[in-house]
Amino acid sequence: MSGGAKEQAVNGEAGDRAANGQAADRASNGEAGNRAVTGEAGDRAVTGTVEFVQPGAAVSIQDRGRVGHRAIGVPLAGAADPLLMACANALLAQPADWAVLEVALLGPTLRAVGAPVRVALVGDLAPVRTPHGGAPMPLTSWRSFTLQPGEQLAVGPCRSGIAYVALAGGVAVPPVLGSRSTYARAALGGLDGRAPRVGDQLACGPGQGAELQSPTAWQHPHATGPLRVLPGPQEEHFDAEAWQSFLGSEYSVTPDADRMGLRLQGAALRHVAGMGADIVSEAVAPGAVQVPGAGQPIVLGVDAQTIGGYAKIATVISADLPRLAHARPGSVLRFAVVTREQALAARVLLAEALANWVRQLGPVRAHGEPDEAALYASNLISGMIDAGE
Amino acid sequence: MTSPPTPYPRLHALGDAAWIVEFGNLIDEATHARVMGLAQALEAARVQGGWPQVLEWVPAYTTLTVHFHTTAAADVAHEAAEELLALARASAPLLQPGRCWRLPVCFDADCAPDLQALALARGLSLDDAVALLTETPFRVYMLGFQPGFRTWAALPAALEMPRRSTPRTAVPERSVAVAGRMCAVYPWRSPGGWHLVGRTPLNFFDARDVQAPAWLQAGDQVRWLAVDRERFDELERCTATSGMVRSEWLAPPESAP
Repeated sequence: MSGGAKEQAVNGEAGDRAANGQAADRASNGEAGNRAVTGEAGDRAVTGTVEFVQPGAAVSIQDRGRVGHRAIGVPLAGAADPLLMACANALLAQPADWAVLEVALLGPTLRAVGAPVRVALVGDLAPVRTPHGGAPMPLTSWRSFTLQPGEQLAVGPCRSGIAYVALAGGVAVPPVLGSRSTYARAALGGLDGRAPRVGDQLACGPGQGAELQSPTAWQHPHATGPLRVLPGPQEEHFDAEAWQSFLGSEYSVTPDADRMGLRLQGAALRHVAGMGADIVSEAVAPGAVQVPGAGQPIVLGVDAQTIGGYAKIATVISADLPRLAHARPGSVLRFAVVTREQALAARVLLAEALANWVRQLGPVRAHGEPDEAALYASNLISGMIDAGE
Repeated sequence: MTSPPTPYPRLHALGDAAWIVEFGNLIDEATHARVMGLAQALEAARVQGGWPQVLEWVPAYTTLTVHFHTTAAADVAHEAAEELLALARASAPLLQPGRCWRLPVCFDADCAPDLQALALARGLSLDDAVALLTETPFRVYMLGFQPGFRTWAALPAALEMPRRSTPRTAVPERSVAVAGRMCAVYPWRSPGGWHLVGRTPLNFFDARDVQAPAWLQAGDQVRWLAVDRERFDELERCTATSGMVRSEWLAPPESAP
């Protein structure tokens, strides 16, 4: 690409500045003391770089989201499946919400530049690593590994749901309004709010301790059941027949599906005469199920607009929001009403499941440093429970 | 003498981690002042370290939505419901004196794909519709939908139309749109269900302006200024290259509708 060298240099600088900024942010928030693993500063001091050889498709930088700006219309954004993001970071023995690469379709191909770098992969991926001058080697997901300078990692297609690539030290781009999350519609966060391009570079540390792996893929404990919802806020805009359709039939995800929301197709949900589809615009949230006049529901995602004016029949409970991230065009969704008590119980179960998953991480045997690695894993568990929130 | 019981304020659950506090069902300044009053009360309490379980809140025309942290330890939103309702009842209305703006809009057909149909549906000529849009002083009630999306009221009843029954999948950025008695701008290309009646060359959100990324604030008053295509293009280029000095678009105060 023309002007590539200059652009790379600029990107490299931005990355360095961001790395310092990220450390400073965390120190001032007290996060470093509470959550970071020992040696974070050292980890950051020695950085290599990963360079995008191929940008992939539907790849974005995400962290826990841009909290605190919805009053001026800035959507939350953030990892669509924060639990899976936590898994990726756990494989690098680092805090659950450090920025990662979210992969919704095709993962990027990354090359280590300058120094060894450590990355972790989670999700339904078929990655391939190619050592400098060597032959391609298929890899498995659900582990971290070190790339030597010149070595390439083709993350490859995400075969179902979504996937994450974590970098040691976190993806170091400058925070915008308190978050590194990409909100593409307003070009906020990430790499100037855009998708990665060939030649983009991100700082990446060498990692610490052993490479970690999981014997099992992370699975949401309620991965296959209906999406659990609380009724409303406008449940009274829908009569018994509409409710029967909503809870008793299947809805398929149309091609209009992205981080902002999933447009569904199924039995039309008629509004009660005299109330209609329109309400006085009010705040919405990820998980809200809007029903416009034509009666086909839209489930809002993590990039949800902050305000909406269509009646909302129900709202997906927080424990099931990560599951929305794995729906794709053609996926079939069902809905079931639960109580607040059941919604809380689901959160408890989810946090426990994540803690258990992190607990079973172990060192990759070839590089065995078992005791140290096990220690990292157990130290992480308290942090992971927060991440399950 | 006893006044009739009022159902407001009341709470609606928005999932398991947010409450919508509703102060009424009509868009008017008095109701909005209650919304902003609760927002101010929460802000004041937060400065004192109160409401730590609250993540953030979002004011709208008639509602304030309060988002809570979700933890596995407890249903904190549920536990806070009574206290939130008590604060909503007790907090004084807040009427914010806003600034006045005169902001440019192009009403040419390619900028306003729904204007003709809207005028036709309401039995108006195109000129009448434009006149109604430019003569009405709108009050900014709400910042939202997207960064820079501003929602104004009240649109003249003569232009009132419900939202599209199926929203568009792509609305061009900076489209001026109406729905019901509201008027707004889509600052970014996005899906949307409103009727597109014009386009502004101005960009109402700039994250680089850390102090005030949003141009307009709740309480501000806006009147649209019709500009031709040539002027629109010129201002659009200016926005894209050097940015815009916001204060140039301030207007002398005028009385509210």
